[in-house]
Amino acid sequence: MSLSSEIVGPELTPDAPPAPKGVDVAGRSPGQLAWARLRRDRVAVISGCALLFFLFIAIAAPLIELAYGIGPYEQFQSKLRRSDGMPLGYAGGISGDHWFGLEPNSGRDIFIRLIYGIRTSLFIAVTAALLTSLIGITLGILAGYLGGWVDAVIGWIIDFALALPFLIFYGPRDEVPTWFRVAVLIAIFATFGWTGMARLVRGQVISLREREFVEAARASGAGLGHMLFRQLLPNLWAPILVSFSLAVPAYVTGEAALSFLNIGIRDPTPDFGVMIFRSIDYLQGDPAYVFFPGITIFVLVLAFNLFGDALRDALDPKSSR
Amino acid sequence: MPDELLQVEGLTKHFPVRGRGLVRAVDGIDFTVTAGETLGLVGESGCGKTTTGRMLVRLLEPTGGRIVFEGRDISHAGRRALRLLRQDLQIIFQDPYASLNPRHTVGRIVAMPLEVNGISPPGGVKQRVRELLELVGLNPEHYNRYPHEFSGGQRQRIGIARALALRPKLIVADEPVSALDVSIQAQVVNLLRGLQRDLGLAFVFIAHDLAVVRHFCQRVAVMYLGRIVEIGDREQIYERPRHPYTRALLSAVPEVTVPAKADGRIRLAGDVPTPLDPPSGCRFRTRCWKAQEVCATTEPPLDEGVACHFPEGGRE
Repeated sequence: MSLSSEIVGPELTPDAPPAPKGVDVAGRSPGQLAWARLRRDRVAVISGCALLFFLFIAIAAPLIELAYGIGPYEQFQSKLRRSDGMPLGYAGGISGDHWFGLEPNSGRDIFIRLIYGIRTSLFIAVTAALLTSLIGITLGILAGYLGGWVDAVIGWIIDFALALPFLIFYGPRDEVPTWFRVAVLIAIFATFGWTGMARLVRGQVISLREREFVEAARASGAGLGHMLFRQLLPNLWAPILVSFSLAVPAYVTGEAALSFLNIGIRDPTPDFGVMIFRSIDYLQGDPAYVFFPGITIFVLVLAFNLFGDALRDALDPKSSR
Repeated sequence: MPDELLQVEGLTKHFPVRGRGLVRAVDGIDFTVTAGETLGLVGESGCGKTTTGRMLVRLLEPTGGRIVFEGRDISHAGRRALRLLRQDLQIIFQDPYASLNPRHTVGRIVAMPLEVNGISPPGGVKQRVRELLELVGLNPEHYNRYPHEFSGGQRQRIGIARALALRPKLIVADEPVSALDVSIQAQVVNLLRGLQRDLGLAFVFIAHDLAVVRHFCQRVAVMYLGRIVEIGDREQIYERPRHPYTRALLSAVPEVTVPAKADGRIRLAGDVPTPLDPPSGCRFRTRCWKAQEVCATTEPPLDEGVACHFPEGGRE
């Protein structure tokens, strides 16, 4: 018998490594461990740097404009060929003044328009991702924790939102201010994009809800707020962060696709989709025009996706905690 | 009667199963726990031990019966009444790997009951947490560490410290050592024993390991299929078991010292019947070698600590 009344010996044998007296031993939190793993991952570091680079460009676009000396709406008609409106010079008019050349016909500078395009695109994508996360986390955590009819109702709303062909809600084809178009795009993405996050969070919460640490809090008399935000939410950050970082590139391409279809952002507002849409007309005469926005959106989306994957690896390694 | 801390009468928990009726997980049990006493609750898997424990701390709502704690009926107490109650009644969980929030520091975990009840102890929360950690044999300097940095035994100590934070009078320990290494089990049981002695705590100690219960508990209740079949003092249960099931259970414990005698062991035939449709009369009769006709028709009441028509040693 493993245990019987004749067991003697030290009442308490702390099997912990001895710690220096008088100082607090600070442990490394799961978040700090994930951060350390992330920094060891070369793909994560490179794609993370690319992300920071793009974010910096988006935020500092007006400063770049100042340094570059050309605005996104300035036209250089004198540098275009009179006969067909093609930029003069090689490769779409690349020169010391216009680093990425000029747009055919309008004669606007491609470099500065690209900079502002990143700003537009990232603003819409990040805002939409933030909103979807907010809605998705709130509804998902409530559905998962409360269960019952709350879960049923939220599940029904999710099915409804998923079943709607959301693009038909994108209306403004007439002349409306640009801020309104941006707001509508964000609203559309947020209204119909939260379902994925809600389902993810709901599933996680259901698996956490039965864990004993949640019951321990309940047995101590914790209220709903403490349960959701103190006990559950800290355990949800990993999937939420991953999902967020993968939602942003999806919205970047989504917004570009809508703009390409001419129902999102419209000319003359600088935007990837708009630029690519316009460049299709000049594919034969000026292939350089499609190249720069194409490669930029490719790198941007790739960087976000790679970073999201690396984040997932770092936050949820096979070794369980 | 000594002052009764906890009184359970006819406690029942039925779980509805869609289309198949009710699982009678706990089906009318009675027992009492006096202040500072340890009651062991033993039985095989699925007999309703854990369900009982969860009802006592009101993690589960009883279907029927009464739980009286310090003279107050708490079986259906509302949220506000429970708040006060929960300071006196705490639980220790089985799995030390699931019972601590992996994203919280040890300090936060142990301070949680104080936090949710808005209690600020003299000297501050941090000071109290350090005392608690010291009390359960952990280094108080580990305040800022995370659960994943601790071993199973240490984690269980953290769980015990959390249960002690509100200075409860009764702790329900739900298989507190069965997930631990055998070598660590003794340390944790001895820790609980020391705490019981020093702080005058009462325990409801749920376990399937008879040796641990014998070591720790003054009184023992044996459960079978949602009912208590025998309850009594430790010596009585272990030395002079009266219910056939208790005898069978005790004889199943392997002995190290004496060479195993095959004839001394009672082998029960068959499986535990489903709690969806328990046998009529005595629930143990389908596996009992003493069963007679009366066992199928009349349910034996828990009389003088044993629920059997034909107890060992006969009826006094």
